[in-house]
Amino acid sequence: MKLEALTQSIGEWLRGTGPESDIVMSSRVRLARNVAHYPFVSRASEQDRAEIERFLRDRIAGSAVGQDLEYIDVGQLEDIDRQFLVERQLISREHAEAQGARGVAIDRMEQVSLMINEEDHLRIQCMHSGLDLKGVWEQIRAVDDQIEKVVPYAFHPRFGYLTACPTNVGTGIRVSVMLHLPALVITRQIDKVFRSLHKISLAVRGLYGEGSQAMGDFYQISNQTTLGRTEEELVEQVGDVVPVLIDYERRAREFLVRETQQNVHDQVSRAYGILRTAQTISAEETMQLLSRVRMGVLLGLIGDVKIADINSLLVRTQPAHLQKLRGVELDTNDRNIERARYLRQHFEGGEGSRASVN
Amino acid sequence: MKCQHCEKQAVFHITELEAGAVRELHLCEDHARTYLNQSEAAAESAADDEAEGQPAGGALAGPLGVGQTAEELALLDQQSCSMCGITFFEFRNQGRLGCPHDYVQFEKELEPLIANIHGATEHTGRRPSRSAAGVAEDTEELTAVIGLRQQMKEAIACEDYEKAKEHRDAIRVIEDRWLGGGNATKGSA
Repeated sequence: MKLEALTQSIGEWLRGTGPESDIVMSSRVRLARNVAHYPFVSRASEQDRAEIERFLRDRIAGSAVGQDLEYIDVGQLEDIDRQFLVERQLISREHAEAQGARGVAIDRMEQVSLMINEEDHLRIQCMHSGLDLKGVWEQIRAVDDQIEKVVPYAFHPRFGYLTACPTNVGTGIRVSVMLHLPALVITRQIDKVFRSLHKISLAVRGLYGEGSQAMGDFYQISNQTTLGRTEEELVEQVGDVVPVLIDYERRAREFLVRETQQNVHDQVSRAYGILRTAQTISAEETMQLLSRVRMGVLLGLIGDVKIADINSLLVRTQPAHLQKLRGVELDTNDRNIERARYLRQHFEGGEGSRASVN
Repeated sequence: MKCQHCEKQAVFHITELEAGAVRELHLCEDHARTYLNQSEAAAESAADDEAEGQPAGGALAGPLGVGQTAEELALLDQQSCSMCGITFFEFRNQGRLGCPHDYVQFEKELEPLIANIHGATEHTGRRPSRSAAGVAEDTEELTAVIGLRQQMKEAIACEDYEKAKEHRDAIRVIEDRWLGGGNATKGSA
């Protein structure tokens, strides 16, 4: 697959469409699977890993879903290309940073990705824009069914699908939604929300999953347990809490507009001002400011920016994307200068205005 | 809830599986960042914190049952998987199992741990559709290939080619049944 071709699109999770997409960025389900006849990845020799990779790659290619997928040999990629796939959420950071034979099969829509030799032999991921957990579950179940026809997944009659870490055993499922919750952050209610989520065994993570910090008011909510309940029940467990969170965030946004309109308008305008005029800017600051502008657009405080544009900037201003778009490798300082230039062009005309016409 | 390292509000609630036990962390944004950035170093110090606050016997005292002597624990740690060779000690250290057979080999030890993590020990979700096609859903037989491969390697190292050939043939019989022969792609199980 030509990674350069991907820079022209923004990927599924930032498409900015689908139900409730003003708050729910994306819905995602992943399944952890292992083949029965090899040691788990952390115990596998270099030769084992190469054999597992070849076995799964061939079997997936020959399955009913194989023809819709393109395979990328992650072990052979440059660091920047691996980082690029992480930024698009097609592979995990752990997968990018791992050693040995590994790869990922991706569909053209960037909805389905199958990581080979991550923590488990196979991690199937499916992602839709907006709130669509049921749709995601239907799709991933179909993919899993087709692969299971040709791959003997390790299975125990009582413990279910066997995984390298006992925290994933059973269904191997992780159901998650990525939420944009700026108003709950500003009104300092976010910790209260997280506390209550924790009580009902839901986990809260940052933008890039396990171990990543929350950036730009984006949070992932997911199930913590994988055994003892059916996949449908776990999908429901996460799905049930989303409307509640959406409601909280909407009310917080209304509150901000009603009670502190001037302050919020000021904050949002300043964020917008910095993005349009900065001469050097880090990825983190960019994300934080884009988050505020995104809220400003949704509250009707900024008129001439589209949500899809903000979403596109969220991924295109990240380090690997920025370098791929510019076609050169840049150190941190140069990236910050280039990022600021890219943002100015986007908002003030030049390349950006063309993109925003679409 | 306050951050466990300072007076600020805890906004990150992290559940870690470490040394075979579940550990909960409640951190403010700053401490969460420090923790997540230096997860290894932080994990050690946090483990120390935990050791202070927890009953004696360390993280595994609960799951493994109270009243075990140090010798019993040491013996348990030495147990190893007959397929992949991982010891229970290595698993406790890494938090990752070595192969599917570990769930059988260490079933007694893992069960309380799994109950602790999930609040359940019985899978109630989807099952492999292959069982409908007359193939066992339990994949223990296929996992045995991991041990046979190891034995074959050892036999070759000892130049016992007769034995190595026996192991290779045994592997082939199992793989043929489960994988449809060779490594060629096949239609269904």
